Amino acid sequence: MSASRRSLFPVAMTALVLLFLYIPILVLILYSFNDGRFSVRWDHASLKWYRRLLHERAIWHALRNSLLIAVTATLTSTVLGTTAALALHRYRSRLQKVHYGLVYAPLVVPDILAGMSLLLLFVACGVQLGMSTIYLAHVSFCVSYVTMVVLARLQDFDVSVIEAANDLGANTWQATRYVLLPLLLPGIVAGGLLAFTLSLDDFVITFFVSGPGSTTLPLYIYSMIRHGNPPLINALSTLLIAVTFLAVWGSQRLLAKQRKDG
Amino acid sequence: MNQRRRAWREILLTAPSFGWLVVLFVVPTLVVFAIAFKPPDALGGIGHGWTLGTWRHLGNPNYPAIIWRTLWMSLVTTALCVLLAVPTGYCMARAPRRWRQPLMLLVVVPFWTSFLVRVFAWKTLLHPDGALKRLLVALHLVADSTSLLYRPETVLLVLVYTYLPFAILPVYAASEKFDFSLMEAAQDLGAHRFRAFVSVFLPGIRRGLLTAVAMVLIPALGSYVIPDVMGGTNSEMIGNKIAQRTFVDRNLPHASALATLLMLAVLLPLALYPLFAGRNNDQKPDRKEVA
Repeated sequence: MSASRRSLFPVAMTALVLLFLYIPILVLILYSFNDGRFSVRWDHASLKWYRRLLHERAIWHALRNSLLIAVTATLTSTVLGTTAALALHRYRSRLQKVHYGLVYAPLVVPDILAGMSLLLLFVACGVQLGMSTIYLAHVSFCVSYVTMVVLARLQDFDVSVIEAANDLGANTWQATRYVLLPLLLPGIVAGGLLAFTLSLDDFVITFFVSGPGSTTLPLYIYSMIRHGNPPLINALSTLLIAVTFLAVWGSQRLLAKQRKDG
Repeated sequence: MNQRRRAWREILLTAPSFGWLVVLFVVPTLVVFAIAFKPPDALGGIGHGWTLGTWRHLGNPNYPAIIWRTLWMSLVTTALCVLLAVPTGYCMARAPRRWRQPLMLLVVVPFWTSFLVRVFAWKTLLHPDGALKRLLVALHLVADSTSLLYRPETVLLVLVYTYLPFAILPVYAASEKFDFSLMEAAQDLGAHRFRAFVSVFLPGIRRGLLTAVAMVLIPALGSYVIPDVMGGTNSEMIGNKIAQRTFVDRNLPHASALATLLMLAVLLPLALYPLFAGRNNDQKPDRKEVA
């Protein structure tokens, strides 16, 4: 195939799209090092806003809440999602058809509907809004994501390994515990990581079901955007972006290493 | 005996997720539908009896405008995202194999950074004293008095920015499986490059396109934060009204009726999806290895 038959248009569009995706982020990072009181006028480089950030106790409290909810919601939704995926993969009954619909539906419902309906349920049942309601809400949307990730892994799975284990005398429990789960672990971990990041980043659903004293990091950032100090948000955002990039870089390194070893 | 144990095991594996989702997904959704037919009471709670009053109230001049705006903004967002995603996905799929993974990461990473941070980044960029505004004024493209913020166009821009990766990924996934020798064949048979693209490539990735449409349209219809932060009262969407009725006016039946309406708007494209997706046989049997 000759190069002359390829158009340059898609390449140019891709470059523009990538530029479009990154420019706001780069501008934000740049401004976070700006000393000026009005973040948009550049004065000179400084780490002032980062130092100020360290002394903002409410941020650390919000971060603690976010992590607490993310860890507990991830653990619960990983267990629920894995059992759901095993059931969906193993059985072909009418019950599983309904089950699949039930797991799939939350993925297509906009956040605002999920948040509002949970709020109405909690209010109708007289449940006090707070950390526990946020936890319940987060598990509810994470389960579907974990299930889909684990299910995808199961569909690539070689069933003959389980049959071999059974032939060698393992009962169902042993085959599941010592053969299936270890082989499934990468899928379970991937699902759990997805749940963790979704929980950590969720704003809309949390906004509806949070109560006094349960401010999470996204809720805090939102109130800062509405009423707060822009340079401080720039600094906090830059730190969050740095964490994301480090996580991506780290996981890529790990993957590359695994590929080399395997 | 064995039959029975198998049935028990199935129930044991199904019950946890099934039960959780029935209690915390199905029941609350039904509660919303029910409350839409209840009268409000003076204390911001829910009154007794049933009524269609809330639904009649939705005919009030305020609502049709917002519903209409929600629909067109979501549709324009979807169209723009797909238009940008098609050449991007095509280019990524035709890139040398070792470039594909890094290119995909480049598309996904902004989507992994906090959603609120990305929205706020646009607010900084479009600020009246910001670099972009000054550049546009210097180029005489906008007047100094024009605000780049709090307009429907601003909301549209940030919606496209936020949902673009959702459109690129399915288009890329479908293009990656597309057999490009078909395009070579079309060109050998005399089709112009663009003609081959439209008549061979686009039908070949139809499922990817449909997934992209669904992935953008559905969350766009339910937008709340973006019009709230980037827009003014002239760019409110249904999501903003739902939040306003829930928190500010404390009129839960009204909020529920709007939520029901939004739910219907989301279900409609999903119900139409199988009609367009068509039969399975247009998918290429020769699946290329996916990295």
